[in-house]
Amino acid sequence: MTTHAQLPTAPVSRDVAPRLKSRHLLGIAGMDADDITLILDTAEAMKEVGKRAIKKVPTLRGRTVVNLFFEPSTRTRTSFEIAEKRLSADTLSIATATSSVSKGETLADTVRNLEAMSPDMIVMRHASSGAPHLLSRICRSAIINAGDGMHEHPTQALLDAFTIREHKHRLQGLKVAIIGDLLHSRVLRSNVLLLNTMGAELWLCGPATLLPAGLDRFGVRATTSIDEAVEGADVVMLLRIQQERMHGHFFPSVREYFTLFGMTDERLRRAKDDVIVMHPGPMNRGVEIDSSVADGPYSVILEQVANGVAVRMAVLYLLAGREGAEVQDV
Amino acid sequence: MKMMIRGGRVVDPAADRDGAFDVLIEDGRIAQIGRGLPVNGAEVIEIPGTWIVAPGLIDIHVHLREPGQEHKETIASGTASAVAGGFTAVACMPNTEPINDHAGITQFILKKAAEANLARVYPIGAVSRGSMGEQLAELGEQKAAGCIAFTDDGRPVATALLMRRALEYAGMLGAPIIDHCEDPSLKGDGVAHEGYYASALGLRGIPGTAESLMVERDVSLAELTGSHVHIAHMSARQSLRAVRSGKERGVQVTCEVAPHHFTLTDESLDGPVKYDTNLKMNPPLRERADRDAMLAGLADGTVDVIATDHAPHHADEKMVEFDRAPFGIVGLETAVPLVFDRLVHAGVITVRRAIELLSTNPARVMHLPGGTLADSGAADVTVIDPDRTITIDSAALRSRSKNTPFHGWTLRGASMLTIVGGRIAYAAPGVNLADRLLSR
Repeated sequence: MTTHAQLPTAPVSRDVAPRLKSRHLLGIAGMDADDITLILDTAEAMKEVGKRAIKKVPTLRGRTVVNLFFEPSTRTRTSFEIAEKRLSADTLSIATATSSVSKGETLADTVRNLEAMSPDMIVMRHASSGAPHLLSRICRSAIINAGDGMHEHPTQALLDAFTIREHKHRLQGLKVAIIGDLLHSRVLRSNVLLLNTMGAELWLCGPATLLPAGLDRFGVRATTSIDEAVEGADVVMLLRIQQERMHGHFFPSVREYFTLFGMTDERLRRAKDDVIVMHPGPMNRGVEIDSSVADGPYSVILEQVANGVAVRMAVLYLLAGREGAEVQDV
Repeated sequence: MKMMIRGGRVVDPAADRDGAFDVLIEDGRIAQIGRGLPVNGAEVIEIPGTWIVAPGLIDIHVHLREPGQEHKETIASGTASAVAGGFTAVACMPNTEPINDHAGITQFILKKAAEANLARVYPIGAVSRGSMGEQLAELGEQKAAGCIAFTDDGRPVATALLMRRALEYAGMLGAPIIDHCEDPSLKGDGVAHEGYYASALGLRGIPGTAESLMVERDVSLAELTGSHVHIAHMSARQSLRAVRSGKERGVQVTCEVAPHHFTLTDESLDGPVKYDTNLKMNPPLRERADRDAMLAGLADGTVDVIATDHAPHHADEKMVEFDRAPFGIVGLETAVPLVFDRLVHAGVITVRRAIELLSTNPARVMHLPGGTLADSGAADVTVIDPDRTITIDSAALRSRSKNTPFHGWTLRGASMLTIVGGRIAYAAPGVNLADRLLSR
């Protein structure tokens, strides 16, 4: 583990370069503890790059990365773009409004056309679960899933784990409470897979209407009592509540949601003294989280955003590394 | 012309016949069934004693797509697929473009079917105009034009009141109402069975209750009206319970199950090919308990019919994100291998029961001719080699569409010979036929 953390700063020959088991990052599903640890350790070295006066290394020089965002995203897209630029990749970003998709072209055709111009990696955000899996069957490029429908958001879970590890120096055995819209959340699914693989104790909490079917097979504890979820927690993670959900009869009003499930200072007192509070963003202040908690002493929400760049640099580096990135120059 | 199928095992549940018999066909009709029949100039098709000679198989739930969606299937390609799969007759659903809610469209379908001259085609008409659920279609005129039943398939008969009136009115005409049972509000924009796999894959769920709630409504309304309701493509264990309870109290309710619902479960969505759109159908592949309930219903007699819900879609339409892909798979050419491999050889049902589900009961439930080899009936005959091992090859399907999740499956049991009205409509490689029999 510690050798991985130092790896990018030391000259390494290609044949012992660390590798992920898959050539794509489609999700946390299919990754084992070694893969996850490798990414987190590599991200530690990458984070150091962001602290330099000149925040740029030539690692991905000459590589082309396409950011293909079929859903609005500010945080994730910016984070990937900064990560790519710090690694010296050539990047371009495409948003749906400017692509051929609005002219009726299929996803497969859009991506085949992009591939004809030989990018090395495609980072994709898409509203349909499984869209990156479809691409991985028809593309030569490495596919990085930047969020697919209600399925997975693997780099978010990795940056969450990275942030937790920075504070707690471990993942194993921590009580992590995840509270909010469990049903529609891709962040939840990736976090459940990752934290379960790494041996954390997971508690999920939300209104009964927003608990996914088959939750008993997720390997977690589920409760509709926020106090039970927060009790003794090392980590409290809030998930975004989309206000439109009221229209699907999931809860009667934002006001009542906050009354029953909003995270307040008072509720947080049940957690451990050194609890950290996380949120993948974008936040709804006064819905799932009170401003006093979001901006309070336990909040690491902005650290998550900062760490996102380092974690995405690590992912880009490790996936490109399979084809021989300039490891020694980092 | 005379022909004799000699040496096979005749299985005809309607006539309570199961044994080694010769079948003599003359002038398109079954002339005689017996042992050691004199040849008397008939062309003899000699088959092994293990091969099954059955009344022609009938698939009562097929989408032929014509008129309007000929890029998916035509009446000619769909009936070619039918006879290649061992079906001598199919009943076709009205959700074409335009919807078959009018005698003129029914007549068009029958004309195209006569031109194709392969399998018999029995049109099913729409219950409501445009299948919009607002106003009854002209069921009487459609019946007179040749419709055998009515449905708004693709969607449920919209309201309890419309269903009540449709049952009363169609009952007067002696035609069943077939319902695609699904509560639209519970289905929502779901694309997969609501359960662990949909949750893990981030797919919007459709609970089994979305189906059974409507089945319970329909059973109650069939009870109220004394008319016959037929539940299409049943998939949920709760629905089976509702049908069973209706039958126990004498309600005229019948039901069908599609081969994919007694073979596959939602688990297959998780791989080896994740998000395979050929595993997307409506109703969705359900969980193991539901699949096992379908098997139990097939075995104990609660399920009346196996029908394929043959739903061709063009490859381009399926080569999209899972939630954007259309529902449905082709089924005509995989049904017999799946029934024999997964039901008969697996010990779930007997050969006799398989023929009941594929021929006897479809004819009985929809009041169709056939379903038996009784003397003097039209010579619709399906010959099956229960031991022939085949590997499903989607590219080799006769259907214009290749959307099957069974590609590459090796299965034991295949239809060998399909005879419609005394004419050989399909012969598999390996059947010894005089050239004269094949010329049309």
